[in-house]
Amino acid sequence: MKLYFKYFSLHLRSAMAYPASFWMTFVGQFVTAFSAFLGIYFLFDRFHAVEGFGFQEVLLCFASVMLSFSFCECFFRGFDRFPALIGNGQFDRILIRPRGAVFQVLVSQMEFSRLGKFAQALFVFCYAIPTCGVEWTLPRILALCGMLLGGVVIFFGLFLFYAGASFFTIEGLEVLNIFIYGGREFGSYPAVVYGKAILRFWTFVIPMAMIQYYPLLFLLGRTDSIWNAISPLATLWFLLPAYVFWRFGLRHYRSTGS
Amino acid sequence: MFKKYTALFRMRFVNGLQYRLAALAGISTQFFWGFMEILLYRAFYQANAEAFPMEFPALVSYIWLQQAFLTLYMSWFFEGEIFDAIISGNVAYELCRPLNLYAFWFVRSVATRVAKAALRCFPVLIVAFLLPEPFRMRLPVSLPVFLLFLATMVGALLLTVSMTMVIYGLTFFTMTPAGLRMIFLSVADFCAGSLVPLPFLPDRIKAILELLPFASVQNLPFRIYSGDIAGMGILRGVLLQIFWIVAMVMAGVLIFRAAMRRVCVQGG
Repeated sequence: MKLYFKYFSLHLRSAMAYPASFWMTFVGQFVTAFSAFLGIYFLFDRFHAVEGFGFQEVLLCFASVMLSFSFCECFFRGFDRFPALIGNGQFDRILIRPRGAVFQVLVSQMEFSRLGKFAQALFVFCYAIPTCGVEWTLPRILALCGMLLGGVVIFFGLFLFYAGASFFTIEGLEVLNIFIYGGREFGSYPAVVYGKAILRFWTFVIPMAMIQYYPLLFLLGRTDSIWNAISPLATLWFLLPAYVFWRFGLRHYRSTGS
Repeated sequence: MFKKYTALFRMRFVNGLQYRLAALAGISTQFFWGFMEILLYRAFYQANAEAFPMEFPALVSYIWLQQAFLTLYMSWFFEGEIFDAIISGNVAYELCRPLNLYAFWFVRSVATRVAKAALRCFPVLIVAFLLPEPFRMRLPVSLPVFLLFLATMVGALLLTVSMTMVIYGLTFFTMTPAGLRMIFLSVADFCAGSLVPLPFLPDRIKAILELLPFASVQNLPFRIYSGDIAGMGILRGVLLQIFWIVAMVMAGVLIFRAAMRRVCVQGG
């Protein structure tokens, strides 16, 4: 852990070496997330509700998914850029050091400017929490924390799949981006909005609905089922195949040689 | 004179066709995106059909056209090589060629976009025509409308490229940092209607955005196709599009001329 913070401060200092450029990119990220928010705002300005969810309720969903996603994009950047690490042979260096490979990939890159998205989502989050009409009780607060952490787990799992695939393809498997970026983009709305088939997909294949639709129902008091409250825990199951796949790729790794 | 540029176009076009695997990944992404967007708007349609500002099939056509021609009109796409040439000073080599730099880069950008789109649009369109309701894309309203659609598609491509040329030109002066570009691009993307189609925005905002050059890109041909813009609206749209193309090309040429006068290659 101490070592992690050492790397953390290193990356932070290197990002701050060019403060103008850093803040510019930060603002750029902020604006990107803001335009996604505007899209939702204007649609609700016209339609007021979708599938029984109001503006603030959807915002809660949008903000929590965006918070988890941008957190992962910042701190798990090493997995996102993993194909480059394999391509230029840096990964060989990682393997000969006496630390875990996952840890080292994790600390190889951090992209603090992505926190611009995080900041925007935080604003929306702070607006949505008091206005969405939820009576905040302890179980509900815990479920909300579960949503955020579960989101981090899912996106981490997806990044791990992505990195694992690049052991075989070297280039990275772009198809997985559909789920990484699609999860962020379409996770803004509760999964039920897209119909039964998609809800089933987001439940059993990639458990996106476990961090938004199901716990959201619990937060809004539409169900008291304990299963809805603890559904974010189900994302941990997703991490298992992701990690196994990563290990499997690692075992079959052959250096690119450069 | 013209032959040089057609040869150049052919070269970049063939070059662009090399990336077939990337295109395959792109196509699957675009299918997924198209489906999800249609499902999302369908939910809004079911929530309140009266507030829906377009005919639903018109929106479906809009979404599929948008996915099929994403690479033709993407405002966030710039050629890395051109930026590198400007920033590293390699532009000096380009200037040695007996070509006008503006025309050279213009043709090159058009060719890259057309090549990318040529690989991707047909699978998306063919499947979109065969899908069951409510996902199926309709045929254009009539033959004249279809011809106008094609004409404005070409105009939209010229306009996008002329806008990116302005950005390239400005890079000579500012060496634009990535952040500034990102801000510009998110704004441009929103104003072009690629996040939310323009008819869905509140009327007052829509009225302003429709005058900006961004609205003359994908917004115009895609809505002409499905009859959402018709009659005098088409005439107005076409005139506005022509105006913006002329304005952007002129701005680009002027910026390039000014840049060439004071171009200083930074060693190396």
